[in-house]
Amino acid sequence: MTTQLDRKRGQDPRRPTPRGETSGGARGWAPAEHAARAPGGRARRSGAITSRRHGLRYVAVMALLGALSLFFTLGILGYGNPMPFGSSGYRLIAQMRLETLLIIGVVAFCQAMATVAFQTATNNRIITPSIMGFESLYIAIQTGAVFFFGIAGVTMLTGLPQFLMQAAAMVLFATILYSWLLSGRFSNIHIMLLVGVVIGGGLGSLSTFMQRVLTPSEFDVLTARLFGNIGNGRAEYLPYAIPIALVAGGVLWWRARRLNVVALGRNTADNLGVNHKREVMVILLLVSVLMAMSTSLVGPMTFLGFLVATLAYQFADTYSHRMLFPMAMLIGYTVLAGAYFIMRNVFYAEGAVTLIIELLGGIVFLIVLMRKGRL
Amino acid sequence: MISLTEVTKNYGSRASADSVQIGPMTVEIAAGGITALVGPNGAGKSTILTMIGRLLDVDSGRIEVAGHDVVNSPSKTIAKILSILRQENHFVTRLTVRQLVGFGRFPHSKGRLTAEDERHISEAIDFLDLAELENRYLDQLSGGQRQRAYVAMVLAQNTDYVLLDEPLNNLDMQHAVQMMQQLRRAADELGRTVVIVLHDINFAAHYSDQILAMKDGVVAEHGPPQEIMRDAVLSRVFNTEVTVIEGPHGPLAVYY
Repeated sequence: MTTQLDRKRGQDPRRPTPRGETSGGARGWAPAEHAARAPGGRARRSGAITSRRHGLRYVAVMALLGALSLFFTLGILGYGNPMPFGSSGYRLIAQMRLETLLIIGVVAFCQAMATVAFQTATNNRIITPSIMGFESLYIAIQTGAVFFFGIAGVTMLTGLPQFLMQAAAMVLFATILYSWLLSGRFSNIHIMLLVGVVIGGGLGSLSTFMQRVLTPSEFDVLTARLFGNIGNGRAEYLPYAIPIALVAGGVLWWRARRLNVVALGRNTADNLGVNHKREVMVILLLVSVLMAMSTSLVGPMTFLGFLVATLAYQFADTYSHRMLFPMAMLIGYTVLAGAYFIMRNVFYAEGAVTLIIELLGGIVFLIVLMRKGRL
Repeated sequence: MISLTEVTKNYGSRASADSVQIGPMTVEIAAGGITALVGPNGAGKSTILTMIGRLLDVDSGRIEVAGHDVVNSPSKTIAKILSILRQENHFVTRLTVRQLVGFGRFPHSKGRLTAEDERHISEAIDFLDLAELENRYLDQLSGGQRQRAYVAMVLAQNTDYVLLDEPLNNLDMQHAVQMMQQLRRAADELGRTVVIVLHDINFAAHYSDQILAMKDGVVAEHGPPQEIMRDAVLSRVFNTEVTVIEGPHGPLAVYY
């Protein structure tokens, strides 16, 4: 006992230590025995990929997704084309289908990047921008047009200025919501999410109410608008939607390293010198642009973003957004193209891809979740 | 040196009777060594610490760390001077210990880790005895190990000033002692200035060079442990009868 006490006293941590040599800021670490290699002989390296196996799995999943999307792409382009191969009619039909593929690509890109970035900014993995009132606003605008102007209202909302106006309205709505809720005395992301969900629910009920009093024919026209509809997507908006989406996505990609830090939460991000509030505002603005593009092209895709982001987290299993974004995009493209291909060629109901996404996607999601046991 | 000038923070609306004001507080915390912030609940310890670490806005007054105005300097400049670790840390992202510690290098490398960064990461990990665990995910660690990983992250940030908000929370005896010894070494061997919020006055007395006792939002006492560890001083600060006895390693406060 005595010896133990003596030994402890011998290394009394309060003993004065010379600090003069260390005050200049150029401090070294204690001359410790830190090896560049771990005991196992493996090089000690940091980074988004934790092990060889992790890296291989990422590449394998990406390759599989790439193969699947190629398969569905070719299937959509070539399967069931009634004209003889190589004729001008064949090429014409293939070209029209190419537009559909472009729409699928843009939607997958927008939904994947928007959802992953949104969940990073809000530090949650359950709520997506779709649930946050974006799509309810779209539905309310469409329903309101039919409610007030009849079937003519649908045509009133078609056209390039209308497309840009509608997109601008959605971005404005999001920006006001975010800047109001994230600045000032709330300054709390959970309150923002809650208010967003409540506003989304309110707009949804408003739309449902208006739909109740529509005539059956008006309602029919409206329904066609409100299903996420890829076959009937508005390809004439593509020349504007693609560059806008690419710019918004490009900025997110460029800021990906900061996104990695934002995902650690406000305190850690601020500690690491990333202005969390400003970063979150920028991300949410870009998210609203991406969502506006996707929704204006094909209508609501409620479940797609959630499914794509969750699966990407599961398969990529990394913090790096430069790994998450491409995987989420490929998953989105595969799911959308696959659902479209199946609905078109098996059920002859190409309009309602969201149905199959929610059904199959939900099952896949549950299986993955049950097997891994965490989000 | 950390200097606070007339720093205040108000909780609740100013007019109402139940509003709480922290400060005005004017104090200087010397560079080097460990300074412990102690005091009863609600005294404003964490508020002051998070304001120094610019995680909480200052209502009025001025805070300078090593000559930099914390409020007005760019956050990325401050991130190379001071690092702060708060009590609750929960990450949505799944990270290994090494990845987490690697994030500590962000102010220097902006996410592109160089060989120099890797060296700092390895050293911070070794310093906190986490080498065996460095490839484990945080959700596979015990609370004490996780706490050490968080501290390793702020040490890897390689800042002169390290602010820690109750790092001994949820740690058992063994791990609390280990943590304090490691922080002591960080101050002595690495020359860091450590400011730490502690609840256990005996830990503060044993391991720190200076004790800053707060009460009702203002400084109650500030001095070396020998000056604070007195019956009258502690009884007044903590509103409890405290008797200080001479223990085997220095004064001990008894208050049960």
